[in-house]
Amino acid sequence: MRNLILVITIFTLLISSIVFNGCGKGDKDKSAKEILGAGATFPYPLYSKMFDAYGKEKGVKVNYQSVGSGAGIQQLTSKTVDFGASDAFMSDEEMSKAPAKVVHIPICLGAVTVVYNLEGITTLKLSPDVLSDIFLGKIKKWDDEKIKSINPDAKLPGKEINVVHRSDGSGTSFIFTDYLSKVNEGWKSSVGTGKSVNWPVGLGAKGNEGVGGLVKQTPASIGYVELIYALQNNMPMASLKNKKGNFIAPTLKSTNAAANVSLPEDTRVSLTNSDADEGYPIVSFTWILLYQEQKYENKSEEKARELLKLLSWMAHEGQQYAEPLSYAILSTEAVKKADAILKSVTYAGKPLL
Amino acid sequence: MNALTLDNTILKVKGKAFSYRKKLNKFGVFDFLFKNFLGLSAISFIILLIGIFLTLLIQSIPSIEVFGINFYTKSVWDPVQSQFGSLPFLAGTVITSFLALLITIPFSLAVSLFLGEYFSKGFLSNLMKNCIELLGGIPSVIYGFWGLFFLVPIMRAFESSIGVPPLGIGISTTSLLLFVMIIPYSASIGREVISLVPSNLKEAALALGATKYEVVRSVILPYAKSGIFAGILLALGRALGETMAVTMVIGNRNLLPDSIFGPANTMASLIANEFTEATGDVYLSSLIQIGLLLFIVTTVINIVGKQIIKRFGKD
Amino acid sequence: MGRISNVSNLKNRKIKNSIFKSLVVIFALASAVPLLIILFFITKEGISSLNLNFLFSLPKPVGETGGGIANAIVGTFILIIIATVISVPTGIAIGIFLNEYKKHKLSYYTRLCVNILQGTPSIVIGMIAYLWIVKQIGSFSAFSGGIALSIMMLPVIITSTEETLKLLPYSLKESAYALGIPYYATILKVVLPAGINGILTGVMLSVARVAGETAPLLFTAFGSPFMNLDIMKPVSSLPHVIFTYATSPYNEFHSLAWGASFVLIAFVLIMNISAKMISKRWKVKF
Repeated sequence: MRNLILVITIFTLLISSIVFNGCGKGDKDKSAKEILGAGATFPYPLYSKMFDAYGKEKGVKVNYQSVGSGAGIQQLTSKTVDFGASDAFMSDEEMSKAPAKVVHIPICLGAVTVVYNLEGITTLKLSPDVLSDIFLGKIKKWDDEKIKSINPDAKLPGKEINVVHRSDGSGTSFIFTDYLSKVNEGWKSSVGTGKSVNWPVGLGAKGNEGVGGLVKQTPASIGYVELIYALQNNMPMASLKNKKGNFIAPTLKSTNAAANVSLPEDTRVSLTNSDADEGYPIVSFTWILLYQEQKYENKSEEKARELLKLLSWMAHEGQQYAEPLSYAILSTEAVKKADAILKSVTYAGKPLL
Repeated sequence: MNALTLDNTILKVKGKAFSYRKKLNKFGVFDFLFKNFLGLSAISFIILLIGIFLTLLIQSIPSIEVFGINFYTKSVWDPVQSQFGSLPFLAGTVITSFLALLITIPFSLAVSLFLGEYFSKGFLSNLMKNCIELLGGIPSVIYGFWGLFFLVPIMRAFESSIGVPPLGIGISTTSLLLFVMIIPYSASIGREVISLVPSNLKEAALALGATKYEVVRSVILPYAKSGIFAGILLALGRALGETMAVTMVIGNRNLLPDSIFGPANTMASLIANEFTEATGDVYLSSLIQIGLLLFIVTTVINIVGKQIIKRFGKD
Repeated sequence: MGRISNVSNLKNRKIKNSIFKSLVVIFALASAVPLLIILFFITKEGISSLNLNFLFSLPKPVGETGGGIANAIVGTFILIIIATVISVPTGIAIGIFLNEYKKHKLSYYTRLCVNILQGTPSIVIGMIAYLWIVKQIGSFSAFSGGIALSIMMLPVIITSTEETLKLLPYSLKESAYALGIPYYATILKVVLPAGINGILTGVMLSVARVAGETAPLLFTAFGSPFMNLDIMKPVSSLPHVIFTYATSPYNEFHSLAWGASFVLIAFVLIMNISAKMISKRWKVKF
């Protein structure tokens, strides 16, 4: 028995020395040319295009996993990724809980569209109240009087409405519920705004991809996805009544129109239900999140600089990829603010750019 | 490689024996190290298991402190308000697993009898055995993928024909998929215990003029029932912890299920969906507590199942 | 047994007998049907997307056609190699221990733990690997995924090693001892080679099992669109690719997922079949 204990001690020492050695070495050996990010699925089509182009141009490999905004923030907080991505800006509470100061860089604008799957119906108009009632489960059938009255010409079937929502923590859900909370008191009090909320009805699917897939597969369903997901899949989208009373279809133009507001310095602002005449009501920035102080967890200075170069590229040259994929580009004001924020990022207290 | 024979092995060893003897003085050291290495591996394995349990337990403390027993009785899962009750997932898990089990029983019993009694040898038996084994080897994610594109449309057609909302995904589809997935587990154990039924018992009954059916009913099943039960129990353990296939077809709805054709969520599927994004200690810890529960339940089921089989073998 | 000796309704009993037999046959054959459907479905859908480009190129950005799963195939191999390197020596050592000290108290508890681990859901192992490794090191990595998979391989390897060694005749060891061969050499050079078929079979079956595991990889290996050979970085894997592509709305992603499923199933089946061949062909006869 005594021998055994001796051997155990040696063994444990050996293992721990290997592990600690590995911890110390691991990051230094990583080349600075590989960047890991995770988060929002909302801008994923754009990011995958941008990172592909950036990789070909600069030889920097960016591994971006679209796991949802909630996961993006969580993984940034636990420092397992170099940057997070989210379409929901971090709340003051989340910011205070993060281990260090996090900054938000806006990359582009996107619209959350309401997609549906109804045979033979290609145009559908919805008012904020009807939309909230559908997602609250108060309107159960497609031929409900409330839907009929704003769509007098559509041949609505008497089928039950199958609501599809996100099952994971999602910035898209945040934007959508943020909008519903702004336009409907009942929603605000019973469900609220969040990346994952307690949905009163419906099926859950993972990611924008999942919701798109499920709506496409399920007859008589309704869900919400980012504009590009609806376009790429030829899914019909509902026109929504905005604050000014106009029914607006989600397009690049109506997205841009909604974004015409003044920005705070940290760019954390909600754009839903804006005052613009021709603005689509469910629009948001999508952000990349990183720590203001980049010297943490053995991260090298070169790597931090590569990351900032990438982000700056995304806010400038990278913008050319946005419009072909139906994301609205940043306004000059937003780009200026993004630049200012990027300049504030430091490594060991020294600015990197 | 050619088949070795014992003679060969010993001849080989004999040739080396001399050189071994020369290093005789070192043997004690090597033997000592070797024995300790073996023991150490076993000990570290036990430590691994204890570590898993303790990690889950310690990490679930925050949510245990906040919710206590209410965690298992409340049905609200609300990350916005930070209110977590796991009842919907307990219900979803139990309903899908037991439904699957219910459908599995006649099939796995048939397979066990087919392989263990009716066709215990020959081509047909081999074919059947291999098929069932392969069924057990197919990865869970492929079951889910197949379920999504094959089972779901069928269920949707079925559901619209009986007049329930034709979602296609939900508890019933999940149970069907789980049923296919767990047949191999219960069937292989069933086959084993049925083939262990002493042939003198069966022959005695046959000699008395019993038909095969009567032998099965009055001799085989009563004799093998505990073993068959154990097989079903172990299959239940599988079904409870099944993740990927379930998460693809269950509908991921975090509410108490209201119809067997409706969507729901299970414990494992919830973890797969929300574990990487759980912001806040209580949220994460609630998910870990669900993992802990899953671990404890499957552990109990496994130990009981294995114990029954062990006792069966001794009889 | 009164019913059995009653000869008067012999006909009835015979009918019952044949009905029961046909029920057994029908139900049993029906259980094999899903396998045929799945294999048919995967082959039909998978073959069409299978070509050299698919096997040897990297995925394209969303919305562009083409692209392949080379990264996932390599990732799966990396994960399997890490898992095998960790679990095979430890698993075999534990298996030997259980066989050598059959009645030891430690063996009793070890066997208990093997049983528990065998039934532990893979998602729980994934959580553990995340909490133990990903969070501590601060990065998703192939290494953490490999650890999760190795934990899942251990029970299979331990059991198969123990079961195989149990069947070897004691005379084998006795003759080795009689020749003055030390204990460690007896085990490593006489006993293990004699049982190599069973152990290898166990290893291959366990590889086949973990090759298709997805749940533990969601939180550990994480996925990567690049060809990555660094084990401290995230890697993609076949099951993970199937999961993300299958649940996406893009048709071209679905066909990639079918192709990946075909490759994965083929791999799993080949492992299973060769495991069987090994267990037959390499069997040492006594």
